[in-house]
Amino acid sequence: MLKQCEGSHAVAEAVALCRPEVICAYPISPQTHIVEGLGEMVKSGDLRDCEFINVESEFAAMSVAIGSSAAGARSYTATASQGLLFMVEAVYNASGLGLPIVMTVANRAIGAPINIWNDHSDSLSQRDCGWIQLFAETNQEALDLHIQAFKLAEELSLPVMVCMDGFILTHAYERVDIPTQEQVDAFLPPYEPRQVLDPAEPVSIGAMVGPEAFMEVRYLAHAKQMQALERIPQLAEEFHKVFGRTTGGLIHTYRADDAETMVIAMGSVLGTIKDTVDEMRAAGHKIGVLGITSFRPFPLTEVAAALKHCKRFLVLEKSLAVGIGGIVATNVRMAVTGMGLKGYTVVAGLGGRAITVKSLTTLFEKAGRDDLELLTFLDLDWKVVNRQLERERQTRRSGPAAESMLRDVGTVASKIA
Amino acid sequence: MDKPFAITLNPGSSLANRTGSWRTFRPEYVDRLPPCNATCPAGENIQGWLFHAESGDYETAWRSLTENNPLPAIMGRVCYHPCEGACNRQHIDSAVGINSVERFLGDEAIKHGWQFAPAAAASGKRVLVIGSGPAGLSAAYHLTRRGHKAVIYEAAPLAGGMMRFGIPKYRLPREVLDAEIQRLLDFGVELQLRTKVTNVAEAMQDGFDAVFLGVGAHIAKRAYIPAGDASKVLDAVAVLRGMEGEAAPMLGRKVVVYGGGNTAIDVARTAKRLGAEEAIIVYRRTREKMPAHDFEVEDALQEGISIKWLSTIKEAGESDIMVEKMALDDKGFPQPTGEFERIEADSVVLALGQDTDLSLLENVPGLVVKDGMIEVDGDMMTGQPGVFAGGDMAGNERTVTVAVGHGKKAARAIDAWLRGEQCAPAAKNELATFERMNPWYYSDAPKTVRPVLDIIRRQSTFEEVLGGLDEGNALFEARRCMSCGNCFECDNCYGVCPDNAVIKLGPGKGFEFNLDYCKGCGICATECPCGAIRMVAEEN
Amino acid sequence: MNGLQTVKFYQTGTFTVGNRLLAPEERSVQANMQRTNSINSGHRACQGCGEALGARYAIDAAMNATDRQLIAANATGCLEVFSTPYPETSWQIPWIHSLFGNTAAVATGISAAIKVKRQKGQGGDVRVVAQGGDGGTTDIGFGCLSGMFERNDDVLYICYDNGGYMNTGVQRSSATPPAARTATTMPLGPEPGNPFGQGKFVPAIAMAHEIPYVATATVADLRDLEYKVAKAMGMRGARYIHILVPCPLGWGTASHDTIRMARLAKETGIFPVFEAEHGEVKSVLAIRRPLPVEEYLRPQKRYAHLFGKNPAVETIAHIQALADKNIRKYRLQARQEGH
Repeated sequence: MLKQCEGSHAVAEAVALCRPEVICAYPISPQTHIVEGLGEMVKSGDLRDCEFINVESEFAAMSVAIGSSAAGARSYTATASQGLLFMVEAVYNASGLGLPIVMTVANRAIGAPINIWNDHSDSLSQRDCGWIQLFAETNQEALDLHIQAFKLAEELSLPVMVCMDGFILTHAYERVDIPTQEQVDAFLPPYEPRQVLDPAEPVSIGAMVGPEAFMEVRYLAHAKQMQALERIPQLAEEFHKVFGRTTGGLIHTYRADDAETMVIAMGSVLGTIKDTVDEMRAAGHKIGVLGITSFRPFPLTEVAAALKHCKRFLVLEKSLAVGIGGIVATNVRMAVTGMGLKGYTVVAGLGGRAITVKSLTTLFEKAGRDDLELLTFLDLDWKVVNRQLERERQTRRSGPAAESMLRDVGTVASKIA
Repeated sequence: MDKPFAITLNPGSSLANRTGSWRTFRPEYVDRLPPCNATCPAGENIQGWLFHAESGDYETAWRSLTENNPLPAIMGRVCYHPCEGACNRQHIDSAVGINSVERFLGDEAIKHGWQFAPAAAASGKRVLVIGSGPAGLSAAYHLTRRGHKAVIYEAAPLAGGMMRFGIPKYRLPREVLDAEIQRLLDFGVELQLRTKVTNVAEAMQDGFDAVFLGVGAHIAKRAYIPAGDASKVLDAVAVLRGMEGEAAPMLGRKVVVYGGGNTAIDVARTAKRLGAEEAIIVYRRTREKMPAHDFEVEDALQEGISIKWLSTIKEAGESDIMVEKMALDDKGFPQPTGEFERIEADSVVLALGQDTDLSLLENVPGLVVKDGMIEVDGDMMTGQPGVFAGGDMAGNERTVTVAVGHGKKAARAIDAWLRGEQCAPAAKNELATFERMNPWYYSDAPKTVRPVLDIIRRQSTFEEVLGGLDEGNALFEARRCMSCGNCFECDNCYGVCPDNAVIKLGPGKGFEFNLDYCKGCGICATECPCGAIRMVAEEN
Repeated sequence: MNGLQTVKFYQTGTFTVGNRLLAPEERSVQANMQRTNSINSGHRACQGCGEALGARYAIDAAMNATDRQLIAANATGCLEVFSTPYPETSWQIPWIHSLFGNTAAVATGISAAIKVKRQKGQGGDVRVVAQGGDGGTTDIGFGCLSGMFERNDDVLYICYDNGGYMNTGVQRSSATPPAARTATTMPLGPEPGNPFGQGKFVPAIAMAHEIPYVATATVADLRDLEYKVAKAMGMRGARYIHILVPCPLGWGTASHDTIRMARLAKETGIFPVFEAEHGEVKSVLAIRRPLPVEEYLRPQKRYAHLFGKNPAVETIAHIQALADKNIRKYRLQARQEGH
């Protein structure tokens, strides 16, 4: 059913269609509308046989999900930013115990300075936590990926994080096709846990494992993600059969056939990138796009294959590995090891900084000329940065950098567009 | 289920880990000797029979009791219960009323007509028992239990010895005495009354393989008191024996009893009941030095008997006596002071102790007599092989209880001797002292007070003074027993083990340690209420 | 019967684990030959471990009360480490360990899952117990615990309080008593040991949540402990039982004195034993044989600095004052025992 609605609402509907049994909610922008929507559905009775629990923290949210999942219930929660960090210990625990929890991360920057706007710092801080991480480009994809996520998680006994850009997707009203319950039921069978807390067949879950077996346990977690590499494209196929549209998979490319320059990115920014590429193609530039849907497991082979014929690649990412540069870029570089490609890392859109077609066009043109630094910070206000650096060189106690720079910019609020 | 490797485990799999190897000390169940048992002159297993009484199984309790003592209804009345003096419960509140429960069991047995279980197969041996006092009855009983034919020769027309002719009725009703003697006869003990043995050697010719002497001590000791012709000086043995005859002794309005033992008390109380206005005990030392039991003295005082301490009788006249005041010297001995006093007295009864008539032993070689008593070895055998003795004639401590113990001990020795064996004394367990126990676990329960006869009736009748317990308070009293040193299946060890290393075997079967898992922490031993577990160092 | 002798005089009454004089149904769960031994032999707890004992007491009682329909969530800590080192577990019940600080929340999740499964007709009335040590409860797990209380989730949380982080080598927790030596409160300086005026008594905080049931217990009063667990399992909503479990290692006591120490803690008034419903104290386990706190303190090496050549008379008096305050506040005065 086609419906014009907010991204959060679309996700809430999708999750509800998956017949979750326990939902834990702790509010954090920009995730709030998702759990509000689910809470309303449970309260109204539209979503039946589901416990909606308002917990006291994200740490508790993930912990409740651990308990409910271990007791055999399909479990869901959502978070963002600081919330994801606050639950980190439990995030690792959920994957370590192999519990198929699905969690939406409404991607948002991490403080300090506190910032509620979108970037990928939160999810990417958890790249090694053992969860599968899927990034949605559109609201439709966000909706669809949640349905796939439950199936993937439960088949592999691994938790899945569906990442969608905060505000840009969560709060955007778009037209989405909301599937019917029959379709979802046809695709997603009831949860059959691999292990469950059951008085009829008692087990101890969560033993202490020493050096004699710990490496093997970790390897098995890796092996499971390798299985996911095979399973994710198959699920996309199965999904297509039932729902009639192509969503998910490990990667997808756009106008890549004869591209000499490939732009690589994750999430909603791919839309802006595609618009830019369309314009540049029209102007004769041989440029294409590689979108990464599955960041974990990282599809090394597929990425290498997609870049096989290009001359250079540019990774535009909404994250910064402070002290080295890109996070996604580092992963991509591993995929193209030995291929002799030029690669550029562009850090963009941190903390909600707008990424415009104009800036991208300039950036991609420079890249096409190989006239780009290996690490670029898109639309960085160098005047502000240099002034602060100078200040710090002169005065040891120069005060908090963020506030000083805001004064330099002449605004008391962050600049969105 | 398809369990994840290593992080999910099968239930209870820790049994593979034998933590017993950590142990440096090992717990062991022990039976320790309860102080009551250790003290009982009759060798009763008091803790053992109380165990059954606690659960209300009085018949089993009585059967357990009578394995050692065939006269519980009697002993429950006349025993001076040293067991209670030793009882560990007195460190908590007051001693268990063992004596009262014993009496209750004895009375229950009479009430229900319980009989002894049939004796062992007949050995064909015959043993002569001379005297039907407590020693003789006990010996005869234990001999019968062992399959020997016990035949009692009793000089008197009625059985019981001093129990009948020495102990007043108000302490031991005669129907109780008769019932317990009758049960022994029903059991197979043969009793020949009015059969005085004057010559043991001859008597043994009647086809006996051994003999037990239990003739008691019936001859009253005399003291020299200058007395006028008209004075009336009697002895306690005669007075008390006279109570069993047709006519009660004539003692008069004012009676003086001379002596400080239990017999003196008995006589004074008897005199009071016979109508004496005044019954006065004259004793040469102080109350603290008096051999009579304090509670007997107390009873006498309650009944209006007066006692003159530190006094000796110097002479007896027709209606009064002359008494000299005494004073204790540095060593605690009474010394005359030269102060005199006259006391009105219609009669004087001497209660100064008794001697044994040993004339029947004249023809028996090898006997050694010392201080008027016959010498016996550890097996109660006299210098003449096959001749054993016990009771008042063979010991300083002349009580029914001691006599019953003698009889049992002698019977055991006679049995061994008849089989040509040495009687090996049973190894004694280590004493269950209070320090070895954990008294916290015992509920608070002060001793039950037995009903006591109204004072007016006590002064005028020979009704039994001390009442018995009813079923309810007998059970209560039995349950005050702490089972010192002997497991009473409280399940504490089974419960308190942090390693589940105590195996409960079921009711009546006790417990075992599972040394595969016992880490030797010792909580079981510390928390055993009765001290029936000890910790032993492991060898390596 | 709340430890009081409501039965006719029965020798040891309900003070001992069992009592052959009582009818079988009146005996403790631990006296039963068919008790579940929820935590089995072969666990790696120290000799004389109070927590291993307390856990078996409590979980067996809960198993008994729920007809063995029970799931337990367990915090990180001694109990978890000694019971489930790969490849062996001592637990005979469905059991999960997630983290140190999230046990109450994990239990909430289990409880929620059970509720939904029951609604769907896919499962029975399985009950949930969460358990942890004092560190996992009063410190790191306190947020989740309070959240579980506040939501009145259908969970019984049991805290095994041994007064410190024993698993990591005896460091101070917010349940460590004043003056006690731990590795992080050494008996040095002007105020040796754990300072006075710190720490918290979580049962009182639990009561402030006005949850249906809060109780304290010790391993020295088994029948009282079992009564409270059974009562808690007969109720719905958030319930909390705080059990004092002496630790021979951390307290510096003989392994055989574990129960004795718990008894002394109760009898001196150091540890009040009571139960409360919806925030109100309903009953207390009165002191039976009143004792000065010194009797409790002296056998413990963690208080050794209070004794010796120059006894810390004032410190001992201060601890006595705290015990006296408990006695007043909870009305723990000894009273006549019934039969």
